[in-house]
Amino acid sequence: MRYCAIRAVMAAAVLAPCAAGAEPQAEVLHWWTSGGEAKAVAVLQQEFAARGGSWTDMPVAGGGGDAAMTALRARVLSGNPPTAVQLKGPAIQEWYEEGVLADISDVAAAQNWEQVLPQAISAHMKCGGTWCAAPVNVHRVDWMWANAEVLAQNGIGMPASWEEFNAAAEKLIAAGITPLAHGGQAWQDATVFETVVLGIGGTEFYRKALIDLDEEALGSDTMTAVFDQMRILRGFVDDNFPGRDWNLATAMVMNGEAAFQIMGDWAKGEFLAAGKVPGEDFLCASTPGDGFLYNVDSFAMFDVGAGDAREGQEILAELIVGPSFQETFNLAKGSIPVRSDVSLDGFDSCAQLSARDMNAASDDAGLLPSFAHGMALRGAQAGAISDVVTAHFNSDMSSEEAVEQLGRAIANSM
Amino acid sequence: MLSWLERQIPKIILAPTFAAVTVFVYGFIAWTAWISLTKSRLLPNYDFAGLIQYRRLFDNPRWDMAMGNLMVFGLLFILLSMVLGLWLAILLDQQIRAEGLIRTIYLYPMALSMIVTGTAWKWMLNPGLGLESLVQRWGFDGFRFDWLVDPDRAIYAIVIAAVWQASGFVMALFLAGLRSVDGEIIKAAQVDGIPDWRIYASIILPSMAPVFMSAFIVLAHLAIKSFDLVVAMTGGGPGYATDLPATYMYAMAFSRGDLGQAASSAMVMMMVIFAIVVPYLYSELRAKHD
Repeated sequence: MRYCAIRAVMAAAVLAPCAAGAEPQAEVLHWWTSGGEAKAVAVLQQEFAARGGSWTDMPVAGGGGDAAMTALRARVLSGNPPTAVQLKGPAIQEWYEEGVLADISDVAAAQNWEQVLPQAISAHMKCGGTWCAAPVNVHRVDWMWANAEVLAQNGIGMPASWEEFNAAAEKLIAAGITPLAHGGQAWQDATVFETVVLGIGGTEFYRKALIDLDEEALGSDTMTAVFDQMRILRGFVDDNFPGRDWNLATAMVMNGEAAFQIMGDWAKGEFLAAGKVPGEDFLCASTPGDGFLYNVDSFAMFDVGAGDAREGQEILAELIVGPSFQETFNLAKGSIPVRSDVSLDGFDSCAQLSARDMNAASDDAGLLPSFAHGMALRGAQAGAISDVVTAHFNSDMSSEEAVEQLGRAIANSM
Repeated sequence: MLSWLERQIPKIILAPTFAAVTVFVYGFIAWTAWISLTKSRLLPNYDFAGLIQYRRLFDNPRWDMAMGNLMVFGLLFILLSMVLGLWLAILLDQQIRAEGLIRTIYLYPMALSMIVTGTAWKWMLNPGLGLESLVQRWGFDGFRFDWLVDPDRAIYAIVIAAVWQASGFVMALFLAGLRSVDGEIIKAAQVDGIPDWRIYASIILPSMAPVFMSAFIVLAHLAIKSFDLVVAMTGGGPGYATDLPATYMYAMAFSRGDLGQAASSAMVMMMVIFAIVVPYLYSELRAKHD
């Protein structure tokens, strides 16, 4: 755009028209800059170019998106937002409330998004009844990964309840193996916490406690039991866990140092990259209990007025949800397509299981947003909960005190 | 006319800097103060909301932890850096050989960024990779040094790294101070047969009071704005056991979209700095008027 403007000024003397005005434009702000993710974005760029569009890439790496959000804030405050921005969950609504998002309902209607997307997920993509964002993929968060060989040697199966898990872990400790590979970072503590909430409390309790922030649920005995289980899990991780990155924890499971890891399906990418085969070298199963916790990446569409940018935005939205991009992107990233009508033949068995569970959970209201990954709550509330969870996990705080702190932290974050 | 210009030229040259500082330092302090009195979340919002952000701040156990850590970290960091720096300076002051080389070696850590220091010390203090596992492999199986992963002690591990970084710099400050003491007085004392330790304790150190003050101010503001060292070494963990006010502010402003809360924590940090700097400025200015 700026290039075009400079050319226009330079050419003004000879009255040459600026040609670039004819193609659809898209400036895309994202933080998919590492290996597989960058490849996945390149796919989208190619498809966009094939439709005659001109793509301006605006990758801002670092801080799990913090740096990108700072860049976005500056752009929006200066009245010049990018066309599409990698945003997810309630953050989309927060930006909508600032009055800066576009309405892409035309695209959604033409592409029949209402039918092909699960209802729980499309709710995140709508702002006050109109569509304002396009979903890219579905990561499942409540996965339990295991080293197949270690489990076989110790005569353990994938646990179906937390009691079974605890019993299996005791057995592993006796055999000198770390039962649970875990990295002591607040978001990882929160990831384990939410799967325990789902497993012990069930889907209804999860919804009340971590989505509606119902005081009664947050202060209930069930919540105390959740923290009790967290304390038990603390005994199943090795001493050196604080600060460990999640992929190092995954490597511990791969090497047989540890038996299990609770982590979203991006962990699968690590196993696959190391040449491990699902079902043979490593096992995947949902964490004990019902339900399906999703973490959906999406692109929010910012209001860029009419013209080339708007045209580019519509093409972009169509491509993102389109079946061909959904398939190629998710194969590269390890997640599953957000639409239910994409063939899963090329995907591995864990992804196929994930897709089956998603469709089943979607039918009985068990399809729930992950709180640890910013899908269920706004930043301040999610942060308040994970502060308490990580403080409890990393100290000798009692479950009762944690429950009490949880209530106060939520009230304080409002 | 020309002489008028001559008199005004310093003011004219300083004016742009003065204007820039007024806007970008004091203007933005005022802006932050205003934001801290609003309910700003993702974007600034200018509706006055009273002291709610400060109430939230002081109600938050994580902030208590951050302030407590700042006290522990600040006191130990300043004290240890000064003691160690002074000790090194006195040793270097004994007319030894290759003083320049040794001085450079001790001053070098200051040339590293805190991120590098933090990462290196993170590996050295990690029980599974660093010192603990090394000594255990030497055969001392009972050796334990796991401060970095112990929520109650991790802040002390950070003090170690920070002192390593800053004490060389303090040494240089003190060395300059030691050298500035009038040699005649020292010689006179030596002629009178006063022992060396007594010369240091009763003559040299008391005359270095302004250097102590400068070292204290430099270290205090380093401590209060410490951020990168914690980010590199522990990321604030285990849990939030090593959070400092600066990391708290960063989390609120950039990760959680809670600008009002971040602004109020920034204001409290600034007040802490004022509490240290204002008495210092006061004593300095008063001394000049006398």
